[in-house]
Amino acid sequence: MSIPAVPVPMESPRAPWYRRLPVVSHFNKSVGLQRGMLVAGLVLTGLFVLTALFAPLLAPYGFSQLSDADGNFPTQQAPGGKHLLGTTVGGYDVLSRVIWGAQTAILVIVVAVSMSIVIGVVLGLVSGYLGGWLDRILVVIADAVYAFPSLLVAIVMAIVISGGQSSLIGGIFAAGTAITLVFIPQYFRVIRAETVRLKAEPFVESAKVVGASNIRIMTRHIYRNATRTLPLIFTLNASEAILTLAGLGFLGFGIEPSSAAEWGFDLNKALADTTSGIWWTGLFPGLAIVLTVVGLTLVGESINDLNDPRLRGRKSTGGSSPAPADNAAIATEVRAS
Amino acid sequence: MTTLIDAPPTDADGLLPPAKKSSDGGLGQYILVRFLLIFPTIFILVTMVFFLMRITGDPITAAMGGRLPADQLQERIQAAGYDRPILVQYFEYLGQLATGNFGRTLTDNRAVSEMLTTYGSATLELSINALLVALVAGIPLGMVAAHRRDKAPDAVLRVFAILCYATPVFFAGMLLKLTFSVWLGWLPVAGRARTSSELALTSLEAPTGIYWLDALRSGNMAALGDVMAHAVLPAVALGLLTAGIFLRLVRTNVIGTLGRDYIEAGRSRGVSEYRLVTKHAYKPALIPIITVMGLQIAVMLGGAVLTEKTFEWKGLGFQLANYLTARDFVAVQGIVVLLAIIVAMTNFIVDIIAALIDPRVRY
Repeated sequence: MSIPAVPVPMESPRAPWYRRLPVVSHFNKSVGLQRGMLVAGLVLTGLFVLTALFAPLLAPYGFSQLSDADGNFPTQQAPGGKHLLGTTVGGYDVLSRVIWGAQTAILVIVVAVSMSIVIGVVLGLVSGYLGGWLDRILVVIADAVYAFPSLLVAIVMAIVISGGQSSLIGGIFAAGTAITLVFIPQYFRVIRAETVRLKAEPFVESAKVVGASNIRIMTRHIYRNATRTLPLIFTLNASEAILTLAGLGFLGFGIEPSSAAEWGFDLNKALADTTSGIWWTGLFPGLAIVLTVVGLTLVGESINDLNDPRLRGRKSTGGSSPAPADNAAIATEVRAS
Repeated sequence: MTTLIDAPPTDADGLLPPAKKSSDGGLGQYILVRFLLIFPTIFILVTMVFFLMRITGDPITAAMGGRLPADQLQERIQAAGYDRPILVQYFEYLGQLATGNFGRTLTDNRAVSEMLTTYGSATLELSINALLVALVAGIPLGMVAAHRRDKAPDAVLRVFAILCYATPVFFAGMLLKLTFSVWLGWLPVAGRARTSSELALTSLEAPTGIYWLDALRSGNMAALGDVMAHAVLPAVALGLLTAGIFLRLVRTNVIGTLGRDYIEAGRSRGVSEYRLVTKHAYKPALIPIITVMGLQIAVMLGGAVLTEKTFEWKGLGFQLANYLTARDFVAVQGIVVLLAIIVAMTNFIVDIIAALIDPRVRY
């Protein structure tokens, strides 16, 4: 055996802790175009988060408000005047619903991604470390779900959880859980493959020799090493969560307009407007989705590129070998529908 | 399965006992094993969908609850056998599936399998059109991006690829509709064809259901033009989603092969830069693309549901969306299971193609 492979920290251990945070360290590593992409992504994502946090202050009206002191809102009014982005056929203020929609989206992301990380990581660790028949069964199930259109998985889950319609909290959890089932296989596969690899490393063997229990090895020795790629999958999945939520909403499986604002649901309602040339009801919620997803994707892609030395620092013209990590990122992205 | 494009599959493979590697992994054996793997996949999906959909209750209450008085509801539940133990129902369902019986819809009492023949061809047509758009747009642009790496065209194309991915198909469709149908008036708003051409095409002898094919066969040029005009926007909306992914894949893989020694050797022999990219570097880069196409089919089917709803394209996805709104979960379950089978079969075919091209895939 060669020298035991001690996990090498990405940054020099002397750098202060705040410079070693995931995004900060990536920023410092980046140059030129890559830094531009990372910054653009961070700005868009920051705007999205701020909008979600301060929605009550930013939005001129409530998301389900149909009238104010001057009486009922007009329906299908073009942008301008009291309603900067116009009103919908139901009389909702488009701007307010777009702003409140950010809050719904972020809640769903948090619920969906955190649940799938927890479940996926635990299953991946156990399955990869213990192996045997449990491992085989879990892999076959994960493969089956993974190969299936994620939107359809989400639809089935949405039916199961809420029968389709629900309140704000119920709706967020329904959408979040529906998306969770789609994501678990992704985390599971990545963590399991890493665990299988790490299990054969000498440091695991030596931990066994000194009498560490299986649970301790899994939680301390393997977990820390296997979860390095997670920030990348997290950002890619956050954008996919938004797209899946919007898809569900577009098919009418969203959250009722009276309990929360949801971009996909608004687009569903706007579909009928397009034929009569009413563009503002669909354009703005759609743009909100696109900008948010672009922001998250740019951050994710930049992190991916910067993690891979072969893709980083492209000042020289020397060729690089095909980067497996990039293919993996695309493969993750490929799942979005 | 589709492990080839996954993050670290080689690691797991490296730990397999050497016996597996040394066994003569002939193509025939690989195809057989891969074919047999279809069945557990379908079985797992069918089982999951069945039990998940039944957790919440029987489909009749979901579809008719509130509209029928309680005693009539009970009668219908009994007549359909939904009051029996769930395991009995499950095995009965499996038996029905084995004979190609996907159940009957609750709301309009049609056989789900009949729906496949009526609407499946429309979805197939949409997918083929979209795949054409994706290939025609994605592959050349990917080669351009790889060739002009880190220059302005590359930056623009990368942003374009991200935009393709970030735009939901229904939003893209809506924008296309607004621009080209409502404002410019160039293309029809929705549907697959005008009623007149639809009638002409469906009254043909043994129609394939793929309209442009039928129009070509019958030599009906007016109908062909009409069908083409209807097909453009949905195909572009769905195709762009995939085009972005193809662009990135081609770019990454061509960049990879462009750095190889044999490219340098070709360059030193005086092979033109254009030929190097389009011939020498492109072909080896194709293999990962073909593997990813397997996953793309799943993406396309998911996207097709949304595209069909946007453009009122009367295919399986359009029907699925309608039955979802009507809460007809027997129909939804039938269509979902049907799509699961289609996905499993196409993945199988794609894997075989990949194995034929690249012997390393066979294990």
